[in-house]
Amino acid sequence: MTWYGRADPAKIGRMIENDESSARKGLIAGARAGAGAPALVLGASYVGFGGFVRDNGLGLDLALFSTLTAWALPGQLAMVELYLAGAPLLAIALAVALANMRLAPMTTVMLPVVALEGRPAWRHYFAANWVAITCWALTMLHSPARPREERLAWFMGCALVLWIASLIGCALGYLAAGAFPPPVSLALVFLNPLYFMLLCLQDLANRPRALALLFGAAFCAVLHPFIPDWSLLIAGVAGGTAAFLIGKRRPA
Amino acid sequence: MSPLDAYVAAIVGAFATYFWRAFGVAVGGRLDPQGRAFEWFACVAFAVLAALVLRLILFPSGGLATLPAGVRLGAAALAAGVYFALRKNVLAGCLTGAGAVALAAWAA
Repeated sequence: MTWYGRADPAKIGRMIENDESSARKGLIAGARAGAGAPALVLGASYVGFGGFVRDNGLGLDLALFSTLTAWALPGQLAMVELYLAGAPLLAIALAVALANMRLAPMTTVMLPVVALEGRPAWRHYFAANWVAITCWALTMLHSPARPREERLAWFMGCALVLWIASLIGCALGYLAAGAFPPPVSLALVFLNPLYFMLLCLQDLANRPRALALLFGAAFCAVLHPFIPDWSLLIAGVAGGTAAFLIGKRRPA
Repeated sequence: MSPLDAYVAAIVGAFATYFWRAFGVAVGGRLDPQGRAFEWFACVAFAVLAALVLRLILFPSGGLATLPAGVRLGAAALAAGVYFALRKNVLAGCLTGAGAVALAAWAA
């Protein structure tokens, strides 16, 4: 039964009030978790994206538009690269979809962590637009320590801070492109994989998931030289499935 | 190529991106978080992430490809080492790894 199952106005009023205060608490706590190292590193990654867009002769407006509407760096990079190569729209759609396919299982896995019974579904569909690797990893790691009513707000607070940091980084990178010496530009671009890697290493306690990291990386290393277009997808599905089967058989 | 074309590409990219997020919510409401299907989906999510990281480090496009693979792997290993040595400090790990790449590129 949902919390509004019994119509008691005083009780409902108190519930709504509690709900609002927990939303505020969650939003602030999430924003705090996002500010600092995550915002710095993600902002720096988007400095790399802004510089990349400028290097390729496209406008700052496009770089910001892409970051506003499709906030997930791998897909954004794929979109710009293929557009510049003159690829047809269908090819762009497929490549971006492939680069961002991980967002589906990520969203599915995060939903039971942040969902609240009785909350309208559209709120979950709305919030899903900000599911991206950094915010997802932080939410999976830290939000379970919060009361359930605070968690979606926690996620949104974290996402908003990181989104704003991305937009600022993107603009800075565009405006400063060419101002950095090449070694610094390379270091900025390299921040992306480093950051994702360290996020992966934060929680290795779950055995099947730790195995999934290992197998996903190993399969990709073997497959990529032969089938660069599909290696990510195949390594993910095959590596994840293998880890699931092996991890289940021998519990830690 | 007109600027308008680039916007069309960006909008197509946005739809291709949101599609998976919405799909994830739609499926998420139907899977039991304690169930096996859910755990499999989680394993696939983590495996794709690890594959993406490996691809960015081992098979980069653009300027990073000009550095030897050993430098990129070494910098990543150094970052992981510092990260664990400093009690899982993400910022210190990232700065160390990125600094190593900058130094290597500068010395090259």
